[in-house]
Amino acid sequence: MLQIKNLRLGFTRDSQLLVAVDGISFTVAAGETFALLGESGCGKSATAQGIMRLLPTNGRISAGSSIQFDGQELLTLSEAEMRSVRGKRLAMIFQEPATSLNPVLSVGRQIGEVLVRHLGLTGAAARQRMIALLRQVGIADPERRLDEYPFQLSGGMKQRVMIAMALAGEPDLLIADEPTTALDVTVQAQILDLLAQLQIDRGMAILLITHDLGVVARMAQRIGVMYAGELVEVASREDFFERPRHPYTQALFAALPDIRRRGQALTTIPGQVPALDAMPAACRFAGRCNQVMTVCQQISPEWRIVSAGHQLRCHWTGAAEIPAATPRLALSEQASESPAFLSVDALQVHFPIRRGLLQRTVGQVRAVDGVALTISAGRTLALVGESGCGKTTVGKALLQLIKPTGGSVKLGGTELVGLKAKRLRAARRHMQMIFQDPFASLNPRLRVGEIIAEGMSALGIERHGAAQRTAVAALLLQVGLPAGAAERYPHEFSGGQRQRIAIARALAVQPELLVCDEPTSALDVSVQAQILNLLKNLQEELGVAYLFITHNFAVVEYLAHDVAVMYLGRIVERGKTEEILRTPRHPYTRALLSAVPAPTLDTHPAAIRLAGEAPSPANPPSGCHFHPRCPQAQDICRQSDPHTTHLSQTHAVNCHFVS
Amino acid sequence: MMGFEIVILWSDILIWLLVAASGGLAILIAKNPPLLAAWRRVGANRVGMAAATVLLAFIVVGLLDSVHYRLQLEGKPGTQPSYAIEVLSALDAMLTPLRTRNEKTYSEPFATRLFAKESIDLPGQGSIRDYPRLKHGGKHLGENEAAVAGDVTTTALRAAALALVAWLVLAALAARRVASGGSGWQKIWRGETDFAWNAVLISVAIMLLILVPLFSLAGQYHVFGTDKVGQDVLYQILKSIRTGLIIGLVTTLVMLPVAILLGMTAGYFGGWVDDLIQYLYTVLNSIPGVLLIAAAVLMMQVIIDTHPQWFSTVAERADLRLLALCFILGITSWTGLCRLLRGETLKLRELEYIQAAQAFGVANGRIIVRHILPNLMHIVIIALVMDFSGLVLAEAVLSYVGIGVDPSMTSFGTMINNARMELGREPVVWWSLAAAFSAMFVLVLAANLFADAVRDAFDPRAA
Repeated sequence: MLQIKNLRLGFTRDSQLLVAVDGISFTVAAGETFALLGESGCGKSATAQGIMRLLPTNGRISAGSSIQFDGQELLTLSEAEMRSVRGKRLAMIFQEPATSLNPVLSVGRQIGEVLVRHLGLTGAAARQRMIALLRQVGIADPERRLDEYPFQLSGGMKQRVMIAMALAGEPDLLIADEPTTALDVTVQAQILDLLAQLQIDRGMAILLITHDLGVVARMAQRIGVMYAGELVEVASREDFFERPRHPYTQALFAALPDIRRRGQALTTIPGQVPALDAMPAACRFAGRCNQVMTVCQQISPEWRIVSAGHQLRCHWTGAAEIPAATPRLALSEQASESPAFLSVDALQVHFPIRRGLLQRTVGQVRAVDGVALTISAGRTLALVGESGCGKTTVGKALLQLIKPTGGSVKLGGTELVGLKAKRLRAARRHMQMIFQDPFASLNPRLRVGEIIAEGMSALGIERHGAAQRTAVAALLLQVGLPAGAAERYPHEFSGGQRQRIAIARALAVQPELLVCDEPTSALDVSVQAQILNLLKNLQEELGVAYLFITHNFAVVEYLAHDVAVMYLGRIVERGKTEEILRTPRHPYTRALLSAVPAPTLDTHPAAIRLAGEAPSPANPPSGCHFHPRCPQAQDICRQSDPHTTHLSQTHAVNCHFVS
Repeated sequence: MMGFEIVILWSDILIWLLVAASGGLAILIAKNPPLLAAWRRVGANRVGMAAATVLLAFIVVGLLDSVHYRLQLEGKPGTQPSYAIEVLSALDAMLTPLRTRNEKTYSEPFATRLFAKESIDLPGQGSIRDYPRLKHGGKHLGENEAAVAGDVTTTALRAAALALVAWLVLAALAARRVASGGSGWQKIWRGETDFAWNAVLISVAIMLLILVPLFSLAGQYHVFGTDKVGQDVLYQILKSIRTGLIIGLVTTLVMLPVAILLGMTAGYFGGWVDDLIQYLYTVLNSIPGVLLIAAAVLMMQVIIDTHPQWFSTVAERADLRLLALCFILGITSWTGLCRLLRGETLKLRELEYIQAAQAFGVANGRIIVRHILPNLMHIVIIALVMDFSGLVLAEAVLSYVGIGVDPSMTSFGTMINNARMELGREPVVWWSLAAAFSAMFVLVLAANLFADAVRDAFDPRAA
């Protein structure tokens, strides 16, 4: 139905054309889901914008490109004609639901626009249609929601409204650009189910753009892998997951953290996607490929058909083996009885809600509400939960970056809560933090050397210039950066390198505990693998303990010794990684685990789907916080908060139905 | 050789301190690659560089007018030398003909006769009422007053030819600097240079073509006419430039530390400190600005009038009043920038690199200086250049309502204030207002365009 031939588009900068998508061709059949997969910067979104003809003003589509939709050439249509195609026959949903709805228009107005434009519906008829649409995308009480504004909706609901808007014109093809990347796993599962259901009901084709192999496995029938503006492999679902042929595809799989790779170093793709103005002339992957041959540096490979429906652009004809496991790194399985290095008990962080003229406190946001944790030296505790459950707040409260409202944080026997600033500074040596966003965590105005040395100066470890420079050089080496990096500024580095700098900064004061706040969630899979390997190696060498805050179960499986699952400011289940992942007992843990899309062909077990989204911590439900979404909830859950039940020495659950 | 005594006015000190500070800042910027890159982007902006060239001309005039001296009066040898009561500047010395060749009253631009009829006594013929001949305007023409148009055209053309030659020399120097040989020209005209040389050269060409003929004509004529007391309007315009620059620059200097300090403190610490500072600027903002300034200026006027012994010359008194005005304007105008900086600090405070610094136990003061201030600099620079034009205009408004600079000091505001009466009479005296308006318009437009270029270059979203 959609036939793209030799699409080539780019962006002009300083009267120079930077080609972002270079001659890609693919087709999407009616009723099919075609996934475009690739890392960031590979031209996936530019392709989608090109198809919709929604490129920014400096975007150019080269002559010779062709986008045919149902036999109609889209690139020769006038803008006015294109407007009747957009929204009516081709629709698009975007990555960030929070910014793709207009905040000052009610939901009904925004959906109504599409109806007026494409179906000529107004008044009561339009309203009936809108209610039907909202019901179709699973929004409860659609009559009321129509008159609400986007800020009154949760993230998942906004994405549903976006889908309803996209469906309003009854399109034949839906382009979904990373539709679930900004959402939590349980909500992602809901949205993916919805899209799959809608596709079956309406026979609509979907062009799915994603970087997540799990989403691909859940949704796609055919997959196209993009790399640096080129399509490198197109395969059916079965071929893709069982017989990936392109070294890039194979490397993507090998870089995924997974329970089977536990204790091994992850395969990484060295380097990064080449910049638009420095594209290699021949095979664009040659510089990072582990199968690179001389021919790869000279001639750009042509399309080669491997089997029916499976084609790739690669000179290499070797076996479709995923590279053998790299040398085993022994997982430091220390005895869990080793004394707790950090112990947290009944930690509470409440933020007051102030209202009125005199700023009286009218309520509390219970971001963290009684959390207990222990971490032993040299071990990794993963703190898992959806966004807004308070896991980052726990991390910051441990470091006393946010003052805890109550409870105790003991570091090697010293109580940190309520400690005077001077004594606290001494304790800071032992704990450091690595932040989520490597672009926000480094001051752009300081040199890398100054950034790394900051902690040493502040804590009085290496004050003298020369000693400090030596220490910085050693740290840079340790995190795998050249010593010359010290003289450069953060903006000269890629995301992965910046995260290495952040790690070096934290290590500079030789801490025993690192709080890692989603350190890989802003990075691509291949770079994530590099960082995870680095963290693992550092633990081997230095015996650092990690508190690993994450929502990514694959990372937990790969890295963590112990897991604590958090929901709405409380820990609902904790135990050894094997215990939690194999025998989860809390209904929330089970739902969370089953919502994670696995990047495999295995038939997905009937997932437990949670209804709705996590409530606000300003107004938590009575009794067990989880009861409104719990499939097993009964009266007792609404009335009383469950006690901790110890299933084994290490495994503890807070649920009424476990005891 | 007549002796003289250097007079250092307070505003001169501030102006030259500012020049020194910008020199120091330039050295700092040259050492800091991100800042240097941003200023390079300003340098590549054609409109911005054209505006900067014009601005530079104004600044040169202002600086020339900021070197003051008093001439020694002729006295008996051996006695204590005494100095003239009048304080002159380097600019005055250069413009001596313009300064001294005063007429009796209004005359039109390029006129040879006064604008008003007077009774003239002709020996033997009684008195008649006619437009009297000017003492200086078109004097070299003698009786041949009809030749003005021809004379003006030839002088202007000759001067324009001279300007063209001067420009060619300048352009050749620029071309040499870009690249040796003929390729420099090509590079400049095709806009291939990193620095917007073509914009600078074109604006220099336009300025030379206007200014050189203007000043060569100013020797024989009053090119912008004369005012009520017969002073040359061109001279007044040139003297007004310094007043405008001081108001624009010194005020920012007064306001900047307050705004930066309070803005960052409020944003970083939050809590009651934030509340206090917010109340402070909300209160200041809610008092009508002109009233507050008027009250302060009037109080200061009383103080100045009751302490005549403080000032040895009129210029010193006027200067102090000008500085006080800057100070008052600064005190009332820091709120906008402060609010902006508070908001930005609130945003920065939550950034992860600040938290990382806090996790190391870095002291608050150090975090503010090392992490917050450098990341606010772009806002400060943008505000600085944008406020400049606003303040020049504010001075005009304040002088117009009579609470601006000292009446003895020339400024765009006082000129416009005088024009109130001139526009009311018949026939209308239009040249004074027109000249003040055009000069101020060019100054403010150039400052605004330059501010735009700076904002584009420093805006982190664009970088």
